[in-house]
Amino acid sequence: MMKTRWQAFRKWAVQTARLCCGVPDYDVYVRHLREHHPERKVPTYPEFFRERQIARYKGTGGRCC
Amino acid sequence: MHTAAIKPSPAARILWIAIAIIGAWCLGVVALHRGEPINAIWVVAASIAIFVIGYRFYGKFIEHQVLQMDPSRAPPSVLRNDGLDYVPTDKWVVFGHHFAAIAGAGPLVGPVLAAQMGYLPGTLWILFGVVFAGAVQDFMILGLSLRRDGRSLGHMLREELGPVPGVIAMFGVLVLMMIVLAVLALVVVKALTHSPWGTFTVACTIPIALLMGVYLRWFRPGRILEVSLIGLVLLLASIWYGASVAASPTLAPIFDFDAKALAWLLIAYGFCASVLPVWLLLAPRDYLSTFLKIGTIALLALAIFLAAPTLQMPAVTKFIDGTGPVFQGNLFPFLFITIACGAVSGWHSIIASGTTPKLIASEGQARLIGYGGMLMEAFVAIMALIAAASLHPGVYFAMNAPSALIGTTVEQAASTISQWGFVVTPDELLQTAKNIGEHSILSRAGGAPTLAVGMAQLLHNLIPGTQMMAFWYHYAILFEALFILTTVDAGTRVGRFMIQEIVGLMYKPLQATESWTGNLLATAICVGLWGYFLYQGAVDPLGGINTLWPLFGIANQMLAAIALMLATVVTVKLKRERYVWVPGIPAIWLIICTVTAGCEKLVGPISFTAAAQKYASSLQSGQLLAPAKSAEEMQRIITNNYVDMALTGIFVLLIVTMFAFSLRALVQAWRINHPTAHEEPYVALASVAN
Repeated sequence: MMKTRWQAFRKWAVQTARLCCGVPDYDVYVRHLREHHPERKVPTYPEFFRERQIARYKGTGGRCC
Repeated sequence: MHTAAIKPSPAARILWIAIAIIGAWCLGVVALHRGEPINAIWVVAASIAIFVIGYRFYGKFIEHQVLQMDPSRAPPSVLRNDGLDYVPTDKWVVFGHHFAAIAGAGPLVGPVLAAQMGYLPGTLWILFGVVFAGAVQDFMILGLSLRRDGRSLGHMLREELGPVPGVIAMFGVLVLMMIVLAVLALVVVKALTHSPWGTFTVACTIPIALLMGVYLRWFRPGRILEVSLIGLVLLLASIWYGASVAASPTLAPIFDFDAKALAWLLIAYGFCASVLPVWLLLAPRDYLSTFLKIGTIALLALAIFLAAPTLQMPAVTKFIDGTGPVFQGNLFPFLFITIACGAVSGWHSIIASGTTPKLIASEGQARLIGYGGMLMEAFVAIMALIAAASLHPGVYFAMNAPSALIGTTVEQAASTISQWGFVVTPDELLQTAKNIGEHSILSRAGGAPTLAVGMAQLLHNLIPGTQMMAFWYHYAILFEALFILTTVDAGTRVGRFMIQEIVGLMYKPLQATESWTGNLLATAICVGLWGYFLYQGAVDPLGGINTLWPLFGIANQMLAAIALMLATVVTVKLKRERYVWVPGIPAIWLIICTVTAGCEKLVGPISFTAAAQKYASSLQSGQLLAPAKSAEEMQRIITNNYVDMALTGIFVLLIVTMFAFSLRALVQAWRINHPTAHEEPYVALASVAN
């Protein structure tokens, strides 16, 4: 019980921390691709990360003062 | 509407009545206690009670009556789910993301500067401003964007008000961004001037970020948390080693710069950082600063709760009459302009219509993220105010008053400040500087150093040790400098893309973001724009912050007014006229504040015009006024003041124009007897959810 709760918390923390840096959840993306676009190649995590890293600073949004 | 119908249980009623009584009592203590100093815990307790009540009652009222958020309606994250930008996400994950995006340096700087009027005016405005204006703006823009496929503020303005006001507002955003970058960079300059220790640690962040970038790219791709921990350890090591650098007769001079040199270094750095590939410098810095920011805010909260400092600053000082040394102008409107982001921040309307609405899984969660996120930000502002007000007022004024008023030696400063009624000895000023490992604390305006001393004292109360206070001071400086510089990098990049788009309208090839010519040219223009204001701040007779912060505040509150005007117009377009006052009253208040402040900066004793004329008449009679040392420098100060005057004029004109456009759209919508807002049609969540 404690262990599953801890794991859930850990997953939440990692997901939040990554999203704060503009990297969405990789597993969710892979699931989305498999479900809706089975013809597309599934990127590896490093590929996915690099693509997201560049997309974050494309000029939309910006940072708060 | 379904939850509104549920009657609260008797236990819940008793709980809310208890919270209301405790909140009112704490606020009463804060507001009415005169003579002897009070403990910061009263302020903290009053704030929490007001935020909780505001969230539960006013937030819920807006959710159900004004925005009519409907959890059964499919949000953009579900309708346009692409697994990347549009993803239905857990509400606490979105909350964390949203808070990290809106938390910046603004709420840490503004309240510190506002402390010159005492802690009470600032506290009251942060508490009531956020509940009735700031959080309303964030929440309403988020709600509007949720109903419009997560569209941006600019897009919504064009749609609801018309193409011309949309373009005008976006021009305002670009100018605001340049001022933001300049004033934040100036905060760093003020903190690092003649501080080898601080400059060394901030300089170290560049090689550390490069190392992290290379590590993330080739060695362990995508391991953000791991690399950030390594970065953090290296940062702490650089702070620790910085003490030896500052003490070394050979190394210290290498990192000892005056304000002008630092301004040039930052301009050069901003240029390089936004031209280099993002993975090398910008992204790793961003990760580090995001985590450090959240961690430090948590640390500050912990320190305030545990140390429970006494507020040494009086509740209200005599400077509410507008004669204060930190910023000029009366309580109205300049207190509101100065606090800016802590209570209302226009910039949030861009975040609330950016990535956040694309992640929210249900309209029922928008209140937590939009309204609740802004309340958290206001709490950060309250903590910054507490940190500043818990300092010895003499030390506070020595750090924040320009040298033109208090002189350049501790003796002059102590005697001037004591005359103001805040008795302080030269020894106390010297000792404070020695404790934090610096040579001087005089005229370090800009909020960051004051907050750093406040934080260092709080943390020092908890973890004593002879060297610890200097360590904590430089930690706080580094933390602020790190995330300000990240804002400068990212902002310069965003500005560059905006400029490339505008210039590209005249000459198409420049639009290509991969082209080096377009890249270098647009970056140079962007850096030149904010660099001009930064350098102007570095040579300013009143120390820069005194001049530039009001300009920033006016621009920021102007954007907030525009966002609230949009919310007002849409409320009428939805035919919910009886709630028009919810966004309407804060919109009108912000318009009154910005236009009054703008006019006072255009004509009258504290205006840029008066400053320019003062220098011009001295120049004509052949006299030099400090800090100018030549006729050429006098001329530059005159030009700078005229530029600031023109900019203020543009802001006033912009807000008046936007008001006219909004009023026109509002009257039109009022006359039509059916809803005319551009909402996307209703799709039931149950029909699309898998």
